[in-house]
Amino acid sequence: MTLKTLMAGVASATLFAGMVSAAEITVVSWGGAYTKSQVEAYHKPWMAKTGNTIVSEDYSGGMAEVKTQVESGNVTWDLVDVELADAVSACDQGLLETIDHSILPAGADGTPASEDFIDGALQDCAVASIVWSTIFAYDSSKMANGPTTIADFFDTAKFPGKRGMRKSPKANLEMALVADGVAAGDVYDVLSTSAGVDRALAKLDTIKADTVWWEAGAQPPQLLADGEVAMTTAYNGRIFNAVASEGKPFTIVWDAQVFDTDLWVIPKGTKNLEAALDFIVFSTATEQLAAQASWISYGPARKSSAALVSSFHNNPDLKMGLHMPTAPGNFANAINNDYIFWADNGDELNERFNAWLAK
Amino acid sequence: MSNISKKLLAADGTPLRKKLAQALFQSKLRAFGLVSPLLAFIIVSFIIPIITLLWQGVYDDDYATAMPNISEVVDAWDGYDAVSEGMYEALVKDVIIAMSMDRALTTKAGVRVNREISGAISMHKKLMRSIGKLKISYEGKEQKAKSIFRLLAKEDTERNFILSQNQRAEIGKKLTKEAIEKYAPFEQFVLKSDKKWSNIEIWRAMKVASVKFSPAYLAASLDYNYTFDGKFEKRDENRQIHILLFFRTLEISFIVTVACLLLGYPIAYLLAGLPVKSSNLLLILVLLPFWTSLLVRTTAWIAMLQGQGVMNDLFVVFGFATDDDRFSLIYNKTGTLIAMTHILLPFMILPLYSVMKTIPPSYVRAAKSMGATNWTSFWRIYFPQSVPGIGAGALLVFILAIGYYITPALVGGQDGQMISNFIDFHMRKSLNWNLAAALGLVLLIFVLFLFWLYDRIVGIDNMKLG
Repeated sequence: MTLKTLMAGVASATLFAGMVSAAEITVVSWGGAYTKSQVEAYHKPWMAKTGNTIVSEDYSGGMAEVKTQVESGNVTWDLVDVELADAVSACDQGLLETIDHSILPAGADGTPASEDFIDGALQDCAVASIVWSTIFAYDSSKMANGPTTIADFFDTAKFPGKRGMRKSPKANLEMALVADGVAAGDVYDVLSTSAGVDRALAKLDTIKADTVWWEAGAQPPQLLADGEVAMTTAYNGRIFNAVASEGKPFTIVWDAQVFDTDLWVIPKGTKNLEAALDFIVFSTATEQLAAQASWISYGPARKSSAALVSSFHNNPDLKMGLHMPTAPGNFANAINNDYIFWADNGDELNERFNAWLAK
Repeated sequence: MSNISKKLLAADGTPLRKKLAQALFQSKLRAFGLVSPLLAFIIVSFIIPIITLLWQGVYDDDYATAMPNISEVVDAWDGYDAVSEGMYEALVKDVIIAMSMDRALTTKAGVRVNREISGAISMHKKLMRSIGKLKISYEGKEQKAKSIFRLLAKEDTERNFILSQNQRAEIGKKLTKEAIEKYAPFEQFVLKSDKKWSNIEIWRAMKVASVKFSPAYLAASLDYNYTFDGKFEKRDENRQIHILLFFRTLEISFIVTVACLLLGYPIAYLLAGLPVKSSNLLLILVLLPFWTSLLVRTTAWIAMLQGQGVMNDLFVVFGFATDDDRFSLIYNKTGTLIAMTHILLPFMILPLYSVMKTIPPSYVRAAKSMGATNWTSFWRIYFPQSVPGIGAGALLVFILAIGYYITPALVGGQDGQMISNFIDFHMRKSLNWNLAAALGLVLLIFVLFLFWLYDRIVGIDNMKLG
């Protein structure tokens, strides 16, 4: 669809909707290829269906804006795409509307929503749309026999070169422990002791001097492309898009991937609650979630969507199923991000991580 | 004297002194009227927000508001006696009332306690779940507390609660009364929801959290714990971070100021000595970076300094480094220093230039004509006259540098972070605005102290911006 037809479509939709009291909602997400996938799979069909308009805004994560808006009583964001830990903690702090899950439709195959969504996808104040994961990747044009396990990531003798990691304890501590021999399923048991944290930090110590720390999701593909790092942790969708859209020679290593969900939340006190809820119901339906997966390699949060996931939007040969975090070949040694653990221990682990980092 | 003034009268017969005072008052009023829009603007958009935010650094009533009963009980408790049934009961009572009013009240209280001891959030949530399963009668029907809370939270079409806050609180109290009659004692009930409630530390943490005016956040921003018995205890070494960062912030700001002075002084000197036409052209070059976005400039430095960047390529070409062993010029303290010096340089050059412009060249010529060498005439005659510009430039750069955070965030890596990056972290990521405010307060007090020190040593009047 060209921009022009889109504009015409939106314009006529607004005109028509003017008669049936259309709402205008502000939907906030992470920008880049990810927002594009949402615009294509959710926003456009929803606008066409309801006649409402969507103003799409970007943000860089965190709940600071939501907190400011809610506490000042001037809520201008109607829907925000957030990470699981943020969704839970913002809900705990009373910043979000609670969502009654009974409004969600059953899956396309008839499974009720409560069973169709994967574990942890339905929260008191949030409904998940995608599964994404933190993986590590390398440039295969520069490394013929590349790394295959998370232990290789920490082995600078065997694979020399700098490493890129997100400047946050999350995912890094987990990966470090698995690299140190902890089974993926035991990671959080080990991390909940002080000695376990020491162990993870000691493992990170072995590559600390060689590490470049990134903060925004767009940075790691850039670091790899510039040759700044030999391998880096990254969000799988970002690496996939660098490969699929820009033809970069990057390879993803799925061993010890840490997977997580992104969810829709509604800031408390929005004036467009009904439209926002309607958008959630629409966008997290089986078909929409599957449609989004043809734009970016994040897995749908509904099990029933998997059957409908096809190929990349402009390349029918690129089957998306193989590139999802949840694909059987990728999922073997996956770590499920434990949001309850992080809600309880996030403050303390951030302190310890930052103290470790600054030394 | 007084006799004379009494005799001086204005044309309309009032004493001249009174008339003069009136006139002065009027002109003052006019002047005040002229600045009052700006004053009002500053008060509304700057002073009030700053005070409200900093206030949060010493005041936090999240816990005391949500949990009034248990707050009172732990306040009276000495922190050593065994946890009593009365404390368990007060806790359950508060959670029931809070949940009747608003679900988030209890979780908010849990978040507050979690800042003192990890794990409190899920303990509070588990307790909420257990309480939700208790059967209590409401509107003539015995049902799960969970369903009652849901009924109480019903909203009308205008999105207001159907029941007022007081009504919900009253119902909450009634529910509590029944729950106590039916289910007390509560010790086993609470421990069954999570056995960690038997840990005395959690109750001590609640005691700390229940204090509204509390030095807890200020203590945390200086790497101390404020304990339940009112003492300050140094944090575990592996959690100490803020003092280190305050010192690093100082160190980086100081080095950047000195570097700006060393680089800026000769440029300003050159500019001041050139004819107006060429100096204006050069001045535009100094100002050019001002018209470029801060982000663009910082990103440009990344392209220049990174491992595969321009500088390192040059070093390799000229043999200062080998291809495998390039310099780490960015994502560390060096990167922060270089980028910040570049960005802050104009703030040093401009005050220096405008002060140097006013130094008459004839003084230096006079000194030379009396036999002073170039160096003596510069050092004894020119330099002292440029000191006010140095003072202004250095203070400007230093104070700007202390609050810098975008550049260190982008190029600072692990050891180039400054305290403002942590204020930013607590504002945006951890949502611990109280700690962010406390850190900001400490930083503000510190800057004011430096200002005072500067005034003492150099003198604030001895500073000129032109």
